[in-house]
Amino acid sequence: MTDSTLLKTQLQAVSNLDFSPSDTVQSAEQISRPSLSYWQDAWIRLKKNTRAIVSLYIVIGLALFTLVGPILWQVDPALQDLNQLSQAPSLPKQAIFVEEHTRWEGIVLENFPAEPEAFLDVLPAPTNLRTAEAATTQAVRIVWDPVVGAGGYAVYRNQHLPESINDLGLPLGTKLAGNEVSYEDRLNIEGRDYYYSIVSTDGYDESDSYITLKVTPDLAITKTEALSRGLITEESIVANGETIDLEFHPFGTDYLGRDMLARLMEGARVSLFIGIVAPFLYVMFGIFYGGFAGYFGGNLDAILMRFADFVVALPFLLFMILFKIAFGIGPGESGVLPMLIALVLLGWPATARLVRGQVLQIRTQGYIEAARLLGAKDHYLIIRHIIPNTMGVILVTLTFAVPAAIFTEAFLSFIGMGVAPPTPSWGSMCNEGVKTMLSHPHELFFPALFISTTVLAFNLLGDGLTEALDSRMRSRE
Amino acid sequence: MLAYTLKRLLAGVVTVWFIATATFIAMHSVPGDPLMNDKAVTAEIRANLEKKYGLDKSGPEQYLIFMSNMLRGDFGISFTQQNRKVNDIIRDHFPVSATLGLLAVFFAAIGGIVWGALTAIYRNRLPDIIIMFLVILGISVPSFVFAALGQLSLVKINQLLGSSVIPVAGWGTFGHMLVPSLVLGLGTMALLTRLMRSSMLEVVNEDYIKTAKAKGLSPIRIFFKHQLRNAILPVLTVLGPQIAAITTGGFVVELVFAIPGLGRYFVQAVQQLDYTVIMGTTVFYGAFLVFMVILVDIIYGFVDPRVRLQ
Repeated sequence: MTDSTLLKTQLQAVSNLDFSPSDTVQSAEQISRPSLSYWQDAWIRLKKNTRAIVSLYIVIGLALFTLVGPILWQVDPALQDLNQLSQAPSLPKQAIFVEEHTRWEGIVLENFPAEPEAFLDVLPAPTNLRTAEAATTQAVRIVWDPVVGAGGYAVYRNQHLPESINDLGLPLGTKLAGNEVSYEDRLNIEGRDYYYSIVSTDGYDESDSYITLKVTPDLAITKTEALSRGLITEESIVANGETIDLEFHPFGTDYLGRDMLARLMEGARVSLFIGIVAPFLYVMFGIFYGGFAGYFGGNLDAILMRFADFVVALPFLLFMILFKIAFGIGPGESGVLPMLIALVLLGWPATARLVRGQVLQIRTQGYIEAARLLGAKDHYLIIRHIIPNTMGVILVTLTFAVPAAIFTEAFLSFIGMGVAPPTPSWGSMCNEGVKTMLSHPHELFFPALFISTTVLAFNLLGDGLTEALDSRMRSRE
Repeated sequence: MLAYTLKRLLAGVVTVWFIATATFIAMHSVPGDPLMNDKAVTAEIRANLEKKYGLDKSGPEQYLIFMSNMLRGDFGISFTQQNRKVNDIIRDHFPVSATLGLLAVFFAAIGGIVWGALTAIYRNRLPDIIIMFLVILGISVPSFVFAALGQLSLVKINQLLGSSVIPVAGWGTFGHMLVPSLVLGLGTMALLTRLMRSSMLEVVNEDYIKTAKAKGLSPIRIFFKHQLRNAILPVLTVLGPQIAAITTGGFVVELVFAIPGLGRYFVQAVQQLDYTVIMGTTVFYGAFLVFMVILVDIIYGFVDPRVRLQ
């Protein structure tokens, strides 16, 4: 179409109706949307920030975990389940009922010489290595066929298949006669794969060949043990060979057999208590100190800030440790209170300085002067203008102080200067977990995961709050 | 410039004095004393020991002796290892910690500036998202977890390569220093990246950048000569206090990687209540930190002319 045709078509589309007077009345000065207060606006902004809302949910989840968790999962964190040490997270394990243990006589062959009649150059390995009966964690009984020329047998146990004669593993014992062809192993048996190897010896040297048997013992429990652990009652009738469910440990157990989930909940209480109460206290103190210094200004301000600078200059960790020793920890105490006090005493200057800076800045703003000219008194200015404007900074500082406090507490517990055992805290659990990191990673993984998630959630929440509350601090993107 | 430097140095000296006094007071309010661990507990021997170490004098007297000794650079003899002077302990082990710390700061600073600049250039695109995700991990995961994981990964790498290519623990060669200082610097690197990013984004909106663009300067020149230099300033401000954080974090790395640094000795001394070592190390560390902060401030004064003219 040409231009003029297009114009004509458009002009034809316009009709008289478009020029009739409109009948809606709208005042130019009317506010079309509801008026929002500072906090409502901040809340709307916060809700739009997905990361912040997710973090808020995580924080609420943590609070529930700490407060409600122990009610739902009523396992004593100090209770040791010696049957399941360092257990990885799994579904409930089952154990078989067995009789109390009695010493096994073993097998001593009658028509076989105890001493070798002739020494061979090469001693072969025994054959037909087998278990005498079902292997349980109570005892593993193995039997083998004798070797002519052997004066004894050495028994080894490894946790993986031996690759060579040098990789046979733990030497369990030696039989000192050629006709003793059995062995009973009771050493720390867990419900995992074991590889037993037998090497024949002539009384002086061990042979170079060996035979290996893979054994996976079943978890075993005696009736008295089950009774004492509350798994069965007095009246229950159980026969040997019946299985029973052992205590369920959804997150596994630690190296002493304590349930990880229960310990994590208790640790959450300790870590979050310190992590939230300590910053709360020192931020409160910082607000008063900084607000005071900022509002009155002048010499008072200079002196107060100089003192705060000194406290900042103190090497933080060193003084944390010294404070902790100074308050003294008795043998039964947990060490939570001294750490709290130390954190508060050393952490307040940062907030004080921030609040003071903010108060100083607000004091010079135009609206303060205007309000004063309109007749506002000091307390009105403080309550209505200065404090709400510092709230933004305060909230953000608080939200970032929490992960810092949790980190510090975890760090101190990790080096052994934090809460005293057996009180769990996520940091001390990490400390214990690091020791068995290679063999039982779950002991380190869960506390570290909890610490990281908590710190992350608070950090992201703090970021979201910063963007929502303070126009200056909003990142420009 | 000179007046600025002198003022800061003077304030530093006063701060060190304050640290020493505070440490002294803290140590003397601790229950128990260094002779607690000794086996010879008859009253006479104990009295003699107290006399020898000056523990029988009054608090203020001990303080004066402590101060005068300190001014002469004498921190005394370690209580638990009685053939070693505290000065020797510091002299033997501090260089190790210092190397570790400075290397960590170096990694953190370079890494932080580079990654931060990258995220600002590729704002909201894939490199930005990846780096910011790593940064968030770096801020949230505690340093000791990183140390443990770092050691674990070294073990795995050595297993893969067949032999012990990278040493897993200990100290001595450059290979020993590499991973521990990297692990130590990670947290600070994450922080600096974030800081650098927001600083770069702020600078980009400044008027002088627009002027430079209008003048026709090449983007590379604008980036290096104007953006980078101005954006580094907040990073420098934060670097001073971060050195303190790195030094304290060094304790853990030294423990995990079995590095014979001063941090390990300090923790041991605290657990054994070794007065002289604790006091000497605290004062030394305190002085070191104060002067590092002053040094960074002076460097900042060189970089930012506005500060000097105050």
